[in-house]
Amino acid sequence: MTTAKRSNTKVVGWCIAGVFGMFAFGFALVPLYNVFCDITGINGKTGGRYEGTTTAEADMSRTVKVQFIAQNGPHMPWTFRPAQTSITVHPGESTHVTFVAQNNTGRGMTAQAVPSLAPSEGVLFFHKTECFCFNQQTLAAGESIDMPLVFIVDRDLPEEIHTLTLSYTLYDQERMGEEPKDAKQVSTTTTKMTNNG
Amino acid sequence: MRKKALRVGSLMAGLTLSQLALADWEVNMTPGVTGVSRDIFGLHMTIFWICVAIGIVVFGVMFWSIFAHRKSRGYKPANFHEHTWVEILWTIIPLAILVVMAIPATITLLDMYNTDESEVDIKVTGYQWKWRYDFINEEFGYFSTLSTPRDEIYNRAEKNENYLLEVDKPLVLPVGRKVRFLMTANDVIHSWWVPALGVKKDAIPGFINETWTRIDEPGIYRGQCTELCGKDHGFMPIVVKAVPQDEYDEWVAEQVAMAEKERELTSKDWTLEELMARGEKAYDTTCAACHQQDGSGSPPAFPALKGSAVATGPVDHHMDIVVHGVSGTAMQAFGKQLSEVDLAAIITYERNAWGNDTGEMVTPKQILDYKNAQQ
Amino acid sequence: MSAVIDTHDHSHDQDHHHGPAKGFKRWLLTTNHKDIGTMYLIFSFTMFLLGGTMAMVIRAELFQPGLQIVEPAFFNQMTTMHGLIMVFGAVMPAFVGLANWMIPLMIGAPDMALPRMNNWSFWILPAAFALLVSTLFMSGGAPNFGWTFYAPLSTTYGPPSTTFFIFAIHMMGISSIMGAINVIATILNLRAPGMTLMKMPLFVWTWLITAFLLIAVMPVLAGVVTMMLMDINFGTSFFNAAGGGDPVLFQHVFWFFGHPEVYIMILPAFGAVSEIIPAFSRKRLFGYASMVYAVGAIALLSFVVWAHHMFTVGMPVAGEIFFMYCTMLIAVPTGVKVFNWVATMFRGSMTFEAPMLFSIAFVILFTIGGFSGLMLAIAPADFQYHDTYFVVAHFHYVLVPGAIFGIFASAYYWLPKWTGNMYDETLAKTHFWMSFIGMNLAFFPMHFLGLAGMPRRIPDYALQFADFNMVSSIGAFMFGSTQLLFLFIVVKCARGGEKAAAKPWDGAEGLEWTVPSPAPYHTFSTPPEVK
Repeated sequence: MTTAKRSNTKVVGWCIAGVFGMFAFGFALVPLYNVFCDITGINGKTGGRYEGTTTAEADMSRTVKVQFIAQNGPHMPWTFRPAQTSITVHPGESTHVTFVAQNNTGRGMTAQAVPSLAPSEGVLFFHKTECFCFNQQTLAAGESIDMPLVFIVDRDLPEEIHTLTLSYTLYDQERMGEEPKDAKQVSTTTTKMTNNG
Repeated sequence: MRKKALRVGSLMAGLTLSQLALADWEVNMTPGVTGVSRDIFGLHMTIFWICVAIGIVVFGVMFWSIFAHRKSRGYKPANFHEHTWVEILWTIIPLAILVVMAIPATITLLDMYNTDESEVDIKVTGYQWKWRYDFINEEFGYFSTLSTPRDEIYNRAEKNENYLLEVDKPLVLPVGRKVRFLMTANDVIHSWWVPALGVKKDAIPGFINETWTRIDEPGIYRGQCTELCGKDHGFMPIVVKAVPQDEYDEWVAEQVAMAEKERELTSKDWTLEELMARGEKAYDTTCAACHQQDGSGSPPAFPALKGSAVATGPVDHHMDIVVHGVSGTAMQAFGKQLSEVDLAAIITYERNAWGNDTGEMVTPKQILDYKNAQQ
Repeated sequence: MSAVIDTHDHSHDQDHHHGPAKGFKRWLLTTNHKDIGTMYLIFSFTMFLLGGTMAMVIRAELFQPGLQIVEPAFFNQMTTMHGLIMVFGAVMPAFVGLANWMIPLMIGAPDMALPRMNNWSFWILPAAFALLVSTLFMSGGAPNFGWTFYAPLSTTYGPPSTTFFIFAIHMMGISSIMGAINVIATILNLRAPGMTLMKMPLFVWTWLITAFLLIAVMPVLAGVVTMMLMDINFGTSFFNAAGGGDPVLFQHVFWFFGHPEVYIMILPAFGAVSEIIPAFSRKRLFGYASMVYAVGAIALLSFVVWAHHMFTVGMPVAGEIFFMYCTMLIAVPTGVKVFNWVATMFRGSMTFEAPMLFSIAFVILFTIGGFSGLMLAIAPADFQYHDTYFVVAHFHYVLVPGAIFGIFASAYYWLPKWTGNMYDETLAKTHFWMSFIGMNLAFFPMHFLGLAGMPRRIPDYALQFADFNMVSSIGAFMFGSTQLLFLFIVVKCARGGEKAAAKPWDGAEGLEWTVPSPAPYHTFSTPPEVK
C-alpha cells in the first residue's frame, strides 16, 4: 500500500510537470512560430531592415515585376496608396518607391503599416533597406506624407518567380491599443512589430 | 405531403442508384470550368472509387460473417486470434494505395500554387459582410453585396431561382486568361469560394494570399463565403461573370469611365426626391442589415434610426457618424466605402424616412466639403 | 469540508467502508469510483440532451430555405454551443464516466488511485457548464464564433461573454486533466498482481493513451484561450495583425490541440468496441498486439497532422504536402483496427444483442467516416470540401456512430453490471434501429450538400439545397427524439427487471464479470490474482 502511495506521488508529479510543460509549450509556439516564419517566410511577413553589406551587381539578364497594394484596416480613415502600382526591376539593384498617406480627419493620428508579401516563397529574397513600415507614422490633421521604401530583390530569387506582390495594411494604433499599454504585456509580439516589415 | 413522402422514398432508392434519376438532387461535386477544377474532380472521383472498392471488400467479408457465422445457425467459433502475414499484408497494401494516390494529388497541388505569369490581377477584400474587388492594373474597384431582397429571406415574398446567390455587381472576368487573385480581409477571416472555378482561399486581415484561375467557358458562376465571419456569414455570396475578351475589354473601359462619372456626379444639382430614391436603395443594401429596413434597428447593438437623436439632430454629427463610424461599436466608417453621392443620399434618406421628416437635404457636395474641411 | 461531515451522523460517515452515505451528501462528497462514474454518465447524458436540443433548433431553422425560427446571430450561438457542449460536455465526460466505472473493475483495483481528486474533477464540470450556458443570457449573447473560435472573430469581434467562455474552457480543461492524471495513476499503479500491460483489456489501453493525449493537449488549449484572454483584456496582440500578431497562428495552436482532441473522443470507443465485438462473437479479439500498436501510432501521428484543417489558409506548398502525406498515413493504423474487428467477427459465433448492434454499426459507419476523412486528406480536393457540409457529414459520421454509438454500446454492455438488472432488449433494439436510421438520414445527405456547394455554419441556403436539407432535418428529429427512449430504457433498467447474472454475456471476458451484479459498492479490496 505504501509503495502504491509513493508511486502515485511520482506519477502525479510527472503528469503535472507534463501539464505545465505543455502549457508553456503552447506559449512557446508563438515565438517558435515567429522564428520559423522568419527563417522560412511562410506567413508572408517580410523581414526587418536588411543589413547586407555588399551590394552585389544587378543581374541584368532577368527582370522581376514588383507590385504594390495598400489597404486600410478597420475604421482607418486615411488615404493610403502606392504612388505607382508596380515596377519592373533587375534582381540585385536597389530601388526607391513611395507610398502616399494622407490623414483626412480633423485630429492627429498614429498608424502602423503591416507588410505582407506573396508568394511567400519570395519573402526571403525581398530585402528592404529603408521602409516606412519600420516605424509608426504620426500625421497631424489633414497632413499628407510621401513615405519611402527602398528595396533589393535578391539575385538568388528562384527562377520560377517573376512577380512579387507587396501589400501593406495600415492600422490605426490608438484604436487597437485602447487598453493602456504595458510594455511587458505586449512584449512577445508588438515589440517585434517595430522591426517587422 | 404525399409528394414529400415520395421524394423521401426516391432518396432512399437514390442512395444506391447514384444520381441517375435525380435531376434535382445534386449529389456530386461539379467538374467545373477550369483545368484545376477538373483535376480536383478527377482526384475526388479516383479516391471515391478507391474507397468504394475497399468498402466492398471489407463490408463484404463482414456481412458474409454476419450472415453465415451466427450462433442462431449453430456456427461454432473458430479459435484463431492472430496471423502475422495477413496483418503485415493489410498494413502494406493500404500504404501502397496511398502512395499511388499521393502522386497525382501532389502534381495538382503544385499546379494550384503556380500563380506565375498572370494576365489580370484582382485584389479581393473580404468585409463583414460583402466582397470588394479591385482591378489593380486598371485602377478601379467596387463592392459586391447580396442583392436578394430581405422580403425573400423572411418569406414574405417568393424566392427567386438565385436566392442568396445573387449580387448587385458581379465580378467580371475574361475567359481563357490567367487571372490572379490577391486575397485579404478588412476585419475578420473570410474565405472566397467559387466551386466551378475550383478556387477557395482564406482572406486574412493584414495578410495577402494568392491563387489563380483560368476560366474556359463563358457563364455565370456562383459561390459563397466559407469561413464563419459573423452574423451575416451566410449572406455574402460571390458571383463571377466570365465573358469573352472583347466584352471584357468593353466592360473595363466602361468601369474606368464610370469611376470618372461618379466623381462628376458629386457636382450635379440634386433634388430631395432624387436623393431620397437613391438613398432608399443604398440604405437597403448597406444599412438595413443592422438598422433594419424600417429604421427600427435591433438594440442594443444596432440602435434605431427612426426618431433617433442622430437622424433628427445636427447634420454635422450625423455626417460624422456615417463617414467615420463610431469607435468601439459595429458602426463602420462608410466614408471610404461609399461614394459621396451614396453617402449624401443615405443621410438624406435617414433624415426624412420613417417619419423623421426633418425636410433637410444633404448634397454630395456637402459631403465632399465636409471631408475636405477636415483635411 | 470534513468538518461539515463530522457535525452529525458521525458514525455513519466515518464508516465509509461498508456502504454509501445517504442522500445528497453521498453524491457531493463521494470518493467512490462507481458513484463518480454514475454522476459523470448522468451529467454527460444531460449535456447530450441539451446539446441535442440546440441541434434540433439548428435543423429546424434549416428545414426550409429562408429565416423562420431564429435570427442569424442566434443561429451562430446555437452552432457554437452545440459543438462545445457535445465535445466537452457529452462525449468527453461520458468516456471519463465509463473509465471511472470500468477501469478499476477491469484491472482489479479497489478504486481510482486518487479518489479525492476524482470528486473534484467531476464537480468542476457542472460549474463550468453552468458558466458556459449562462452566457446565453448575457447581453450580446453566447459565443457565436463556432466551436473552433478562430481569431479575430472571437477576440476583437467577439461578444462580451467571450471572457466567461474562456473561463469555462479553463475549468473544463482542469477537470479533464485531473481525470486523465487519475486514469494514468490508476492504470500504472493499481493493476492486480499478474495484470501486465499487455494483458490489460483494450478499453484500459485506449484510455491510457487517451489520458496521455489529454495531458499533452488540454494545456495547449488552456494556453490558446489564455492568449485570447490577454488579447481581449490586456491589449496584447498575439492574434491581432494590427499589433504585429498573426490570426493564422491562432489556428495552428488551436489545431495542435484540436486534432489530438478528435482522437481523445474516439480512442476510448475503439477500446470499448474491442471488448464488445469479441464478447458477442464468442471468439478472442483478433490481433490484440497490433491493436495496441495501432492506437499508439494513431496517437503519435495525431500530433503532426493538425494543419490539414487549414489547407486553405495559404500555407506554402511544402507545408501542404507534408501535412497531406502525414494525414494519409493515419489511414494505415485505422485500417488495421477495422480489419482486426472484421477478422474477429469472421468465423465467430455471433449473436446480435443491442451492444453488438451498436458495435457493428460503429464499425461500418466509422469506416464510412474514415473514407470521407481520407478524401479530405487529399489537399487539392480539400480545397473543394473545406468548410462545406461534406466536412460536417464527415465529422458527424466519425463522432455520432463513432463516439456516441460507442458509448451506447458500452452502456448496454455494462448496464447489467451497474444495475444488477437486464435492460429491455426489445426496446434497446428499437432504440438502435431508430438511431441508426435517423442518424444516416440526418448525416448522409450532408455529403451531397457539401459536394454540391453548401458552406457550413450558414442559417439559410440557396434553393438547390432545399430537398436534402429537409431530409436531413427529418432524420435529425428522428435521431434526437429517439434518445428519450434511451433515457426510458436506462431508468426502467435501474428500477428493476430481470436479474442479471455476474456474467450476463456468455462470451464476455475480463475481471469485471467476476464480481456480482450489481457490482458491490466496494470491489477488489483484496486484489485478484491474474494468471
